[in-house]
Amino acid sequence: MAAEEQSEGLQFHPMEQFTLEPLFGDGPIHWYTPTNATLWMGIAILVIVLLLVIGTRRRAIVPNRTQSIGELAYGFIYTMVEDVAGKEGVKYFPYIMTLFMFIVTANFLGLIPLSFSTTSHIAVTVVMALLVFVTVTLIGFFKHGIGFLKLFWVSSAPLALRPVLAVIELISYFVRPVSHSIRLAGNVMAGHAVIEVFATFGAILAIAPLSLIGIVAMFGMDVLVAFVQAYVFTILTCVYLKDALHPAH
Amino acid sequence: MEGDIVQMGAYIGAGLACMGMGGAAVGVGSIVGNYLSGALRNPSAASGQTAMLFIGIAFSEAFGIFSFLVALLLMFAV
Repeated sequence: MAAEEQSEGLQFHPMEQFTLEPLFGDGPIHWYTPTNATLWMGIAILVIVLLLVIGTRRRAIVPNRTQSIGELAYGFIYTMVEDVAGKEGVKYFPYIMTLFMFIVTANFLGLIPLSFSTTSHIAVTVVMALLVFVTVTLIGFFKHGIGFLKLFWVSSAPLALRPVLAVIELISYFVRPVSHSIRLAGNVMAGHAVIEVFATFGAILAIAPLSLIGIVAMFGMDVLVAFVQAYVFTILTCVYLKDALHPAH
Repeated sequence: MEGDIVQMGAYIGAGLACMGMGGAAVGVGSIVGNYLSGALRNPSAASGQTAMLFIGIAFSEAFGIFSFLVALLLMFAV
C-alpha cells in the first residue's frame, strides 16, 4: 500500500489485502456475518452456474464460446478422474468437478484487482481438504471394511521393514489434509503478497519501472499458479480417492 | 529493549526460513528436468506422465510453501 507510506521509511502491509471485513457496518465478525469472503464465494458460484447453465442451455452441435468452455472443463476433469482414479472413481466425478470449478473460479476472481481471493484463506481451503479427507476415509472403510488398513501395510516391502513403513504411511496419511489445504492457500497468498510487495517498490521513483515489470511478470505467474493449483488440488483428490478404492499395494 | 531483540530474532528467523524456498526450487527443477529428459527420450510416453509430473511438483513445492508460511508467521503473528 504505497499510499500509506509515512515520513520514516516505507511502511508496507502486503497482508492487508487478506483482511476480512463485514459487508454491512463494521461490527465484530461472527460465523454468520456476511463478509467480503462470503460475497466473493457467492460471486464464484454465480459465475460457475452462469457458465455451465447458460452455456449448455442451447446444446448446439457446433458449440459457441461459452459452451466450449463448459465442455472443455467437463471433459478435462472427466478424463482426469478416469485416468487417475479408474472406472470406479467416475461415480465421484460430480464432487471432484465441483471442487475444481470452485477453486479455479475463486482463484481467477481473486486475480481481478481490488477483489478478494477467498482461496488465500486457510479457513476456506481446510474445509475443502478436510471434506475430501473424511469422505475418502469413509469410502475406503465402507468399500473394504477393515481391509482398508492394508493401505498402511506395504506388502511388497520386506517383512522387517513393514512396521516402520506402516508408521510412516500412517503419518503421511494424516498430514494429507494439512498439506492439501496449505498448498493451495499458501500458493495463492504468496502470489498476491509478492505482487503487493512489488507494488510497494513502485513508490521509489528510481526503481518504479522495474517494479512495474515485476508486477506484470508476477501477475502472469499468478494466472498460471491459479490454474495449476486448482489442477493439483483436484488431481490429489483423485489420487486419494484411488488409494481408498484400491488400498492394497 | 527486550522487545526489540525479540523482533530482531523474528525478522532474522523469517529471513532464514526463506532458504526453504530455495530447496523447493531445487526440487521442482530436478523433477521437471528429469521429466523433460525422459520425455525427450520417449516422446510417446510423455503425455501419459504429465499427471505424475504435476503431483511430484505439488509434493515438493508444498515444503517451500511451508517455509514461506513459517516466515509469514514470524513476520506477522509472533
